[in-house]
Amino acid sequence: MVEQVYYWQALNRALDIELAADESVIVLGEDVGLFGGSYRVTDGLYAKYGEWRLRDTPISEGSFTGLAVGAAMVGLRPVVELMTINFALLALDPIINMAAKVPFMSGGQFPMPLVVRMPGGVAKQLAAQHSQRLEQTLMNVPGLRIAVPATPQDAYWQLRQAIRSDEPIIILEHELLYFSKGPLEVGLEAPPMHRAQVRREGTDLSIVTYSGMLDVSLRAAEQLTEKGIEAEVIDLRSLRPIDWDTCSASLEKTHRLLVVEEDSRFAGAGAEIAAGLTERCFFNLDAAPQRVAALELPIPFNASLEAASIPRIADIIAAAEKLCSP
Amino acid sequence: MESDLLKNILRDMLLARAFEERAAQEYATGNIAGFLHLYPGEEAVAVGVLRAAEPADYIVSTYREHVHALVRGIPATVVMAELFGKKTGCSGGMGGSMHLFDRERRFMGGYAIVGETFPIATGIGYAIALREQPEAVICFFGDGAVNQGTFHESLNMAALWKLPVLFVCENNHYQIGTEIHRHSAVTEVYKRASGYRIPAQRIDGMDVLAVHSATQEALAQIRAGNGPQLLEFETYRFRGHSMADPGSYRPKLEIQAYENEDPVKVAIAETLAVYPSTEQLAAVGVDNIERLQGHLHSGGQLTLEQLAAIKAEVSEEVEAAVRFASDSAEPTLADAEAALTCNRRGEVLV
Ligand SMILES: Cc1ncc(C[n+]2csc(CCOP(=O)(O)OP(=O)(O)O)c2C)c(N)n1
Ligand SMILES: [Mg+2]
Repeated sequence: MVEQVYYWQALNRALDIELAADESVIVLGEDVGLFGGSYRVTDGLYAKYGEWRLRDTPISEGSFTGLAVGAAMVGLRPVVELMTINFALLALDPIINMAAKVPFMSGGQFPMPLVVRMPGGVAKQLAAQHSQRLEQTLMNVPGLRIAVPATPQDAYWQLRQAIRSDEPIIILEHELLYFSKGPLEVGLEAPPMHRAQVRREGTDLSIVTYSGMLDVSLRAAEQLTEKGIEAEVIDLRSLRPIDWDTCSASLEKTHRLLVVEEDSRFAGAGAEIAAGLTERCFFNLDAAPQRVAALELPIPFNASLEAASIPRIADIIAAAEKLCSP
Repeated sequence: MESDLLKNILRDMLLARAFEERAAQEYATGNIAGFLHLYPGEEAVAVGVLRAAEPADYIVSTYREHVHALVRGIPATVVMAELFGKKTGCSGGMGGSMHLFDRERRFMGGYAIVGETFPIATGIGYAIALREQPEAVICFFGDGAVNQGTFHESLNMAALWKLPVLFVCENNHYQIGTEIHRHSAVTEVYKRASGYRIPAQRIDGMDVLAVHSATQEALAQIRAGNGPQLLEFETYRFRGHSMADPGSYRPKLEIQAYENEDPVKVAIAETLAVYPSTEQLAAVGVDNIERLQGHLHSGGQLTLEQLAAIKAEVSEEVEAAVRFASDSAEPTLADAEAALTCNRRGEVLV
């Protein structure tokens, strides 16, 4: 049965199912319990599973994330909610120095069934400290896996897969996606967690994107049709690992690569995507790969400056036209 | 106390001292590299605490953890092999001196980022409490670690949720070269626990029997469901902070005597206070091992012949460990890859 649900509801459904299925699943974070989650993701779960499984924490990101690492080492399956990615900076030690390293440094003795979820990206006038995109920081850490669901169906699938995995997984959600609606079919079989998906077929260029930029890219692709350009749009769904094969197959057809990312251009996620695909597809490319990315600015508070700081439909159209011009 | 336990304790301490001194030699000859933090002087803490723990308890330690591992029962062979970076080491050669792990013995690792042991231990405590098991977690840390945010954050959570964690401070009065009066506004570590309503005591960490009984009492409180406890053991390390610290191979008092003569260095020494003064050494009293030997001997529990026999035994154990480590194979890149993906369990990623 297909339902139309909000992204937060899809996450909520995934948590509910996994909490019911396995007693070792716990959820912890600020206001995830009684309050129901800042974005309602844990709505109703505290009443159902109680305080030991839905744990409201003090404002101690470094230590409650580290607590989850310790708990995961002895077989709990903690799902940490960091209220927003901006506070993840305080939890980088447990994420990078503990979760990603303990299974390795112990010579493979310990499981790390840890999920750390966090909303990020540029929302609506939250100013520089609350508008961060830190995917690049986490992408450079061997031992971590990173999912970036852009739809309710993926949010549901990938969160469930992450909870069932014994490896540490980061789920980067997007603040603007929580209240977007899309189809959810609970019974549908999930693709592998890190497989990319072609969201729109096209022949003239491949737009490779993820998370909040998927919708912007798809809308740009529709408008490009009017200009005689058919863009293929690939939703990566994952930033570590990256599904190179799906992207390469697309480039074999289109011969042109445009990466659209919300983080800033310099050493951003797009740099890895473009470099990785250039290495793999150089002889298939008819033009140098291009990136549409955020400006090299902390995000300004002012609404129009904020909008101008990250890729807009018009920016993507302009870049695509330039890329496709002979 | 039963004399068997006493002899085990003495043996642990002698093995600890012999192992560490041998590791220092192996470092000097180049068989061990990297950071190597040794424990001589502090043996009474690890031995007293861990001999009071149950096999089902969990241990979380720092980078200065070889002795904790040995007392916990990890064979000297595989500890030494890990120091050598060999495949047969207790972490497969992936961790090294600062990252000893043994899942079976619930030795949950040595952590090299100061302050990491607090949240790890608290998380294990959370799992125990959730499952309502009669186990406890022992969390080691130094005097320098208590100024890290994780100390305060974790003590707060452990107390708030009454988690079964025993926080054990190995107060050797130094954070590398910074003496405790220069790194802490409150130098009595145990007093800080009162901010979180955690019962705490300061104990002479050079007296292994005092350490042992204080730990037993604290663990009994924890197992009775009364939440976390904190013990501060005052101790002293006889060597430098690590093998990279030159204090390790020069007599400390001699260095100070030389430094005192140099007017420039006097000024530096006054600010650095890297090396202990005569008063500081006197304050910590005699060597913890000598103290226990004397105690057992005068109590009629140990003859000098028995003592000599134990010493011979541990020195052979250490020699065997070095032979084992030298003879063991190096891990391969395939082993590294296997360690990294040990939890993949057939999952298809892409
Ligand atoms: C977060 C962090 N900062 C700094 C260091 C470097 N460092 C290693 S050990 C140490 C001193 C720690 O002192 P203490 O906690 O008293 O432990 P001890 O070495 O005396 O046993 C420092 C500063 C580190 N490893 N981690
Ligand atoms: Mg110290």
